[in-house]
Amino acid sequence: MPHRKSEITEQELNDLLSLIKQVYGYDFTGYSKASLLRRFQKVMDDAKMKTAYDLRFYLTNDRKHFDWFLQTVTVNVTEMFRDPGFYKAVREKVIQRLATYPIIKIWHAGCSTGEEVFSMAILLHEAGLLERTKIYATDINPANLEKAKKGIMPLQQMKDYTFNYQQSGGNRDFADYYTARYNGALIRKELRDNIVFAQHNLVTDGMFNEFQLICCRNVLIYFEKELQNRVISLFEESLSSLGYLALGIKESLLFTEVRNKFEPVDLKNKIFRKKQ
Amino acid sequence: MMPVTKHDIIVIGGSAGSIPVVSAILDGLSPSLNVPVIIVLHRQRNVNSEMTRIFQSKSRKIKVTEPEDKEPVLPGHIYLAPQNYHLLVEQEKCFSLDYSEQVHFSRPSIDVTFESIANVYGSKTLGILLSGANKDGTNGVEYILQHKGKVLVQDPATAEYPAMVRFAIEKCSEVIVYSPDELVQYIANVSTNNA
Ligand SMILES: C[S@@+](CC[C@H](N)C(=O)[O-])C[C@H]1O[C@@H](n2cnc3c(N)ncnc32)[C@H](O)[C@@H]1O
Repeated sequence: MPHRKSEITEQELNDLLSLIKQVYGYDFTGYSKASLLRRFQKVMDDAKMKTAYDLRFYLTNDRKHFDWFLQTVTVNVTEMFRDPGFYKAVREKVIQRLATYPIIKIWHAGCSTGEEVFSMAILLHEAGLLERTKIYATDINPANLEKAKKGIMPLQQMKDYTFNYQQSGGNRDFADYYTARYNGALIRKELRDNIVFAQHNLVTDGMFNEFQLICCRNVLIYFEKELQNRVISLFEESLSSLGYLALGIKESLLFTEVRNKFEPVDLKNKIFRKKQ
Repeated sequence: MMPVTKHDIIVIGGSAGSIPVVSAILDGLSPSLNVPVIIVLHRQRNVNSEMTRIFQSKSRKIKVTEPEDKEPVLPGHIYLAPQNYHLLVEQEKCFSLDYSEQVHFSRPSIDVTFESIANVYGSKTLGILLSGANKDGTNGVEYILQHKGKVLVQDPATAEYPAMVRFAIEKCSEVIVYSPDELVQYIANVSTNNA
């Protein structure tokens, strides 16, 4: 007996992807199939659907259904100061260089619910740079952005985040950065003032500004190589000369065609710099 | 003599109490190993463990690495699933990492990797499930068997934590139960007789 409630084949997945692209304009065809299959299974399990046919019917029937689908199909898991070693490297190797710019522009692509963005804002604040920084934080998923705009973290996470913060080299009182209320921790408004949250789809939307630092962490893992190449080219175009690109800890430029346009700043923490 | 089947990939899942068995298996691998070996272990979160190094010293011949996203899956390599990500394999035989929800409180999860590999390698999959105190692995074992692959599980009587293999044995009658020595011997044969 199959343990799963829902089953979907790669062929059915591809058919659904074409349908979604045609009807709703969201193009997931360049995403990694192994993880998309799992996401579609999750969508179907959550909605108690058994077959790909059910899902097809559900999606074509109602735009509202698609909104729910979009929220569920992307992996939205995130944390503040996730990979403390990465933030430590940013403190030590990137922040001081950013300080030489009169206005600093940063892009967080695939920011999910904002945890990574608020972490960066804290680093900039501690370096005295936040006031002259403009952070653009974008995501494909509007539900994530709505949450991010509220700036409220789940309170039960704050213990872990405090630990992460300390591991990243932070030595202030982390509790000063938020106010606890009910079950949430509201990130202080001053930390959020210079952040703009906006929808941007890395697959279909283009360049919109020039940045000194682009963070795109744990987003490219969901893309196939070809799409990774395109998106990294978009980042390359969007970076100023000698601008920084930060990827997730397990993401590599090694398997992309544009690797020669960057040089490593910190290989372990996946921080690169655009060549001049 | 044990029967020898051809396998294109070996995937090993282990949790509490499995490290000595994994080490023994790696020690037994032939230097002319010509299939990829993928290891998924439950490890403690946020502890920067030295797992690749622990295995490295044991298997001096073949390097143990943690794959990065989209790295090709190569024969003769030993890969250890990185902490905090699920490890998947794509049809084009490269790795994809996935930071989605934990499965059975685990990331990496054995189920996730077993299922993903069975999707790609089908009947050429050899799955190995070892000691552990978790429910992870059973669904993956079942999935490999549904795809006509082969699964060996560690004899619960020899496991430091028998729960994980017990679940699999209860649910899937087709698994083959081996002692650690038999596992080591079988896997050593796979790697040499597959040429
Ligand atoms: C796992 S989260 C990563 C969050 C954060 N960067 C981190 O590392 O913790 C992946 C995010 O990528 C977003 N995403 C997926 N496809 C996207 C696309 N085509 N364009 C923009 N964002 C996308 C998802 O909505 C999700 O919020």
